[in-house]
Amino acid sequence: MPTSQLHGVSSPKCEVTALVVDDDTVSQMIHHKLLNILGIENDVVVNGKQAVDIHLSGKKFDLILMDRDMPVMNGIEATKKLRDMGIRSTIAGVSSHSSSKEKQEFFEAGLDVYHEKPLSVAKLLSVVSKIKHKA
Amino acid sequence: MPRFHGQSNHTPMDVVNQLRKQYADYLASLFHEGVLDDQFTQLQKLQDESNPDFTVEVASLFFVDSDKLIDNMAAALERSPVDFKQVDADVHQLKGSSSSIGATRVKNLCITFRSFCEAQSYEGCLICLQQVKNECALLKDKLQNLFSMEQQIVGAGGSVPLMD
Repeated sequence: MPTSQLHGVSSPKCEVTALVVDDDTVSQMIHHKLLNILGIENDVVVNGKQAVDIHLSGKKFDLILMDRDMPVMNGIEATKKLRDMGIRSTIAGVSSHSSSKEKQEFFEAGLDVYHEKPLSVAKLLSVVSKIKHKA
Repeated sequence: MPRFHGQSNHTPMDVVNQLRKQYADYLASLFHEGVLDDQFTQLQKLQDESNPDFTVEVASLFFVDSDKLIDNMAAALERSPVDFKQVDADVHQLKGSSSSIGATRVKNLCITFRSFCEAQSYEGCLICLQQVKNECALLKDKLQNLFSMEQQIVGAGGSVPLMD
């Protein structure tokens, strides 16, 4: 194969990255798997504080799947903190059924989109389609 | 295991088909009884060659979590005064993970349980706790049957049929 055809061949792996923030091990496993299936490299952390810390360490992600109810620091506080830090990643709030007041509070913290658990491939695809800023 | 009367020359395909039909019937009955819902099918669809035990692993995780949560709830209900907010938080957690694996009846019990927590009804909570315990035990049992039937199908060279 001529070398000119080898240059510029990009990696077949999708280049979107994601962070799963959830304290529930079942959700972690499912969201991690869903993202893998879509070819999205992803890290998993267990609460809002870890989500903030991983950004403080210099890592950035195109997409953050943020659970709302977590110990230490919940999804609303973490979202606010990340936005204050200037993080412009697409943040998708994910939660069990919550009241419209709770949803509004979550959106006001800085969400781009919200989905009720459980996440499905379809819901995740719709979230991925909303990714605007590359990290 | 089915017993075949009369004929003694069943082909491997007959065995696989028989196993697949039994599996499909059993799975359908679980859906019909409301034990499982479509979310369970979604999980099965996530299973692939890179993760051939995905569904079993997720289910195992669920039972580890639910056992812990149920123990927490029982302990909280034994304390005086009862911290209903803590119990509610644990029930909310269980509701989330049960809905993630498609365990409809457990999830629905959690919804009822939460309203008793909100009402701070000790008796209501105790009754719900017992029902949740029973339902989780039942689910574990049924899933174990299902997974062992899956193993038989795969062992006989067949593929596992999913719910439409």
